[in-house]
Amino acid sequence: MGKVVEIRWHGRGGQGAKTASLLLADAAFNTGKYIQGFPEYGPERMGAPITAYNRISEEKLTIHSNIYEPDYVVVVDETLLASVPVTSGLKEDGAIIINTTRTPEEVRPVLKGYKGKVCTIDARTISIDTLGKYFPNTPMLGAVVKVSGVMDEKEFLSDMIESFKHKFAKKPEVVDGNIKALERSMQEVKGL
Amino acid sequence: MAIRERLSGNEAIAIAMKQINPDVVAAFPITPSTEIPQYFSNYVADGVVETEFVAVESEHSAMSACVGAQAAGGRAMTATSANGLGLMWEVLYIAACSRLPIVMACVNRTMSGPLNIHNDHSDSMGARDSGWIQLYSENNQEAYDNMLMAHRIGEHPDVVLPVMVCQDGFITSHAIENLELVEDDKVKAFVGEYNPEDYLLNKDNPISVGPLDLQGHTFEHKRQQAQAMMNAKKVILEVSEEFYKLTGRKYELFEEYMTDDAEVVAVILNSTAGTAKYVIDQFRAQGKKVGLIKPRVFRPFPVDEIVEALSKFKAIAVLDKADSFNAAGGPLFTDITSAMYAKGVFTPKVVNFIYGIGGRDVRSDDIEVVYNEILNIAATGKVNSVYNYLGVRE
Repeated sequence: MGKVVEIRWHGRGGQGAKTASLLLADAAFNTGKYIQGFPEYGPERMGAPITAYNRISEEKLTIHSNIYEPDYVVVVDETLLASVPVTSGLKEDGAIIINTTRTPEEVRPVLKGYKGKVCTIDARTISIDTLGKYFPNTPMLGAVVKVSGVMDEKEFLSDMIESFKHKFAKKPEVVDGNIKALERSMQEVKGL
Repeated sequence: MAIRERLSGNEAIAIAMKQINPDVVAAFPITPSTEIPQYFSNYVADGVVETEFVAVESEHSAMSACVGAQAAGGRAMTATSANGLGLMWEVLYIAACSRLPIVMACVNRTMSGPLNIHNDHSDSMGARDSGWIQLYSENNQEAYDNMLMAHRIGEHPDVVLPVMVCQDGFITSHAIENLELVEDDKVKAFVGEYNPEDYLLNKDNPISVGPLDLQGHTFEHKRQQAQAMMNAKKVILEVSEEFYKLTGRKYELFEEYMTDDAEVVAVILNSTAGTAKYVIDQFRAQGKKVGLIKPRVFRPFPVDEIVEALSKFKAIAVLDKADSFNAAGGPLFTDITSAMYAKGVFTPKVVNFIYGIGGRDVRSDDIEVVYNEILNIAATGKVNSVYNYLGVRE
């Protein structure tokens, strides 16, 4: 059985964590991989904690359960660090990627003894600079691709340009901003 | 060339319906199947299908509209879940006994109560005696493929029965996975035209549908319905063989995974069968001879074939994602054990696990418990408990 990369997303309803997980699944699919992307549905309301999952593999995936021992955890909203056990089961040779203005060293003390790699990314600033509004999911997507190395970066970027052109066919002005957001987050993610 | 895609289970079903291009779709939204009529109504609005979409006010009306449309001579389809299927109840029986090969996507969700939108099989298992053919799907690919085969099975002159294609709500309906689609023109050629023998809009041969039918004939009509269900098994295999030639994807009455030299097997429907395959691969790496039987066709129940397949094992765990509340075992368990008894097969020890009720996540650890238990039964010959709840807090 080949290596399966498992990713767990923590966000709040309305922030686009589910969309980001589906975008990641799309990007990995487009580079030829087998993928799963699925949210865990609970009471659906804006602001409530939500979880979404990705599996990415070279081989066919048959397992159909949530992910309890992820290789990577992505925290889209840092206020969740206080209320959700985001590092639960996270592999020590993996990494956690947090959307925050703080540095990895500043965040590590609240991660309940997690010894693996801690990466941080200021998705808010990147999003506001490049898109003019706060949409954290595009910068978080760039960061998770950079940190996980789950796909070739150049292949990922060229594929995303095509996806954004297709997705925003009626709003071409946001394509450049989204690509810039990806590029910047891949450059600016800290703790690699 | 097959089309490599990634879609959710609901998207896959909606695309199958678009390719089938039925005459009528009548539906009322209910989680987790809502997306199917939602996506399909976009196809209607965009003019990419010629279907008449009937936005009804309840599932009772959805199935009634399907009965009317199919009786008139058209192809009718719908999608529902849980209490939506419950509200269709009396009309399900009418569709089956009127011999109307309607096709339904059933996105399995637990029947209320308690109020819960998540997956188990209590909805379709409750409808198992309604006279519908039931096909179950492990993943999005199988849901799509079963849907493409459903009309060919239901409309076959030896069958003429409605067909329900089941998949697990949220677990596959809302999960994006890889799958291969068949090209539109190939689907059109495979599914073919619908030419019913008798239908209401045939002015040359007027008929009545659904008249009063008392002691004089109902019994014979039910006997014919039972015969149609018996005939369905052969037709399902024929259609599946033709589908195999088209796509290279092989479907039978049930799938066997790593059973050739297995000592013990679990019998599991839908998505958890995939999780079991994952666990089997790990157990096999440790030299443990475990396998899986995954029923695809639950109605008709493949008694002869499944008993023959099961007779060689030492211990069998039947997993039910619904309880019958008979205080003895779930619906799949009771069908399998009664089939084995009727065929005189008493050797394997058979136990039942009720699992995953109300969407409780079924982890690979849970499936490991099942295999360890039946390996233990095979080794010792001792059964501690036949009727079990898997992983429940007591």
